[in-house]
Amino acid sequence: MALLTVAGLRIAFSHRGGSTEVVRGVEFAVEPGETVGLVGESGSGKSLACRSIIRLMPAHATMTASKVEFDGRDVLAMSAKELRDHRAHSVGMIFQDPYSCFDPTMRIGEQVAETLRVNAGLEGDAAKARALELLESVDIASPEQRFRAYPHELSGGMRQRVMIAIAISASPKLLIADEPTTALDVTTQAQILGLIEQRRRESGMAVLLVSHDFGVIAQACDRVVVMYGGYVVEAGPVAEVCARPQHPYTRGLLSSIPSLESAGRRVRRAGIPGQPPNPADLVAGCPFADRCAQVRPACRELHVALEGVGDGHVTACPYVRDGVPVTNAGGSR
Amino acid sequence: MLAYTARRVGVSLVQLLGLSFLSFMLIHFVPGNPIATMLGPRATVQEVARISASLGLNKPLPEQYWLFLGHLLSGHFGQSITFSQSISSLIGQRLVPSLALIGYGTLVALVIGVPLAIVSALRADTSVDHGIRIFTTVSFAMPIFWSGLILGIVFGLKLGWLPVSGYGTGFWGIVRSLTLPAVALGLSLLAVIVRTLRSSIRHVMALEFVEAVRARGFTTSRVFVSHVFKNAIMPTVTVLAVNVGFLIGGTVVLEQVFQIPGLGTLLFQAVEQRDYPLVETLTVLAGSVVVLLNLSTDILQAVVDPRVRPGAHSV
Repeated sequence: MALLTVAGLRIAFSHRGGSTEVVRGVEFAVEPGETVGLVGESGSGKSLACRSIIRLMPAHATMTASKVEFDGRDVLAMSAKELRDHRAHSVGMIFQDPYSCFDPTMRIGEQVAETLRVNAGLEGDAAKARALELLESVDIASPEQRFRAYPHELSGGMRQRVMIAIAISASPKLLIADEPTTALDVTTQAQILGLIEQRRRESGMAVLLVSHDFGVIAQACDRVVVMYGGYVVEAGPVAEVCARPQHPYTRGLLSSIPSLESAGRRVRRAGIPGQPPNPADLVAGCPFADRCAQVRPACRELHVALEGVGDGHVTACPYVRDGVPVTNAGGSR
Repeated sequence: MLAYTARRVGVSLVQLLGLSFLSFMLIHFVPGNPIATMLGPRATVQEVARISASLGLNKPLPEQYWLFLGHLLSGHFGQSITFSQSISSLIGQRLVPSLALIGYGTLVALVIGVPLAIVSALRADTSVDHGIRIFTTVSFAMPIFWSGLILGIVFGLKLGWLPVSGYGTGFWGIVRSLTLPAVALGLSLLAVIVRTLRSSIRHVMALEFVEAVRARGFTTSRVFVSHVFKNAIMPTVTVLAVNVGFLIGGTVVLEQVFQIPGLGTLLFQAVEQRDYPLVETLTVLAGSVVVLLNLSTDILQAVVDPRVRPGAHSV
């Protein structure tokens, strides 16, 4: 049974004169212990979609869903207290910008210890001792010294390690990592991804890795969910999606990853022409229609729905095989 | 931290020097002088010259300023011209009522203002928020002598709850007699507190770290008390310190309205009589309070927010 099932997820921002839907009926699932990537450009709704798992909505945003089920429990029906328990013990979360994710006026160690006191009921020295253990477990050198540091005194990579320490302190079943490496330099990126992977293997937790970078996803995930304009446009095993992308958007994303083979040749990446859509402008039809090279009139009236192309691989584009010739092992629909 | 404190103290000393110079020059440039006020229009030239010499007013201005500085630094501030008392003993008699009024007024402003700011921030852009904004704006827009008079008329004369003038004896007597002026003073300060605190609470609530602590499953009240409020209060403390000058101005007016024998009344009389040394000393002392409060706020800020401390950068 899936650890997490999200279906029919819609999130809208209300504002003067109405509301704008930014997540428009998203579904995805996470199996116990696996790493799932949620990929898309900024504004695709991926960050909001992952927050629905702990119902962590910003002000003025409302979410509705036909199903958000975590470990057999209905997240939508949770009371305030149950929701706090759910956030404290079942799901850990780390964020994009480790520079701004700490209380700037509190010592780093105190922030770890506070979490342990509040969520694990540890007191005084026990909380501090456990906090030091946790800091050590995420490879922070001389934890005693770092314990007393303020957030701005640590490097980005170190802050992200502390963030991970806090997120896994309750041994959650799922770690949500929202762009965990975007603000870090490339070598630190690899270390942080490695640390997450190592923790995942040791504890058996599942990871939902949100990123705009298909390279990061391809390297770290078992399965991938591609989002665009508030919709899931393609999903499937990472290797399968990379080898046989079905949606024109996924193909665009994949072709915009620079590779080392092109070094020195100044090849311009194909990329995707145009800008990501403004959610307020999307009316009906395929959200990618305006930027799609293979767009046809019917795309403007398309009802976006995922259809299987085999092997757990689904796509929202019904014309996959007409545009670019694709060898599709999955065959029939 | 030490270097930072030393630098801030140095800046404050320069401010104090400038302050003493300005208050000295200002009162000397005001038309009229203490001798004319004392002796009246019929004084002979000889009398004026004699008194002028006895008070040292015939000396050149730079020398008078130098003597004034000496008096300030010695701490006994010299003689008042019109009260024929030492200025330090005059201040000693009048200090407590004024301090009590400022303290009480600030307390009133905080006790009303902090809850209003929190409600306003948490219910931003609702009718509650708008109502609070209208209330604080009106209270801010009322001239302080006028709101003092209205409070006196309503709660003193009509309802008879509190005295409208004078200064009581004993703790509760003093509290009773200072309540109406303190409320008037507090109301004038309310808008500043509510607006500053409301906007800094909203600013902090929108920061990413607040989402991060919410994601840890903390209760709303823990998130607010131990993270949001602590980060949001500092600008309000700073604004309060800056507004102490405004409060001192307010007490000068309110002490007149409510007949409180404090420093404000003393300053008023001193200016009327052109009592140069008394005016200068009171102005410098009031200004010093503002300067010192701002100094301590800056240092406090560095204690509360480690990022303000110089030399505190990424390792």
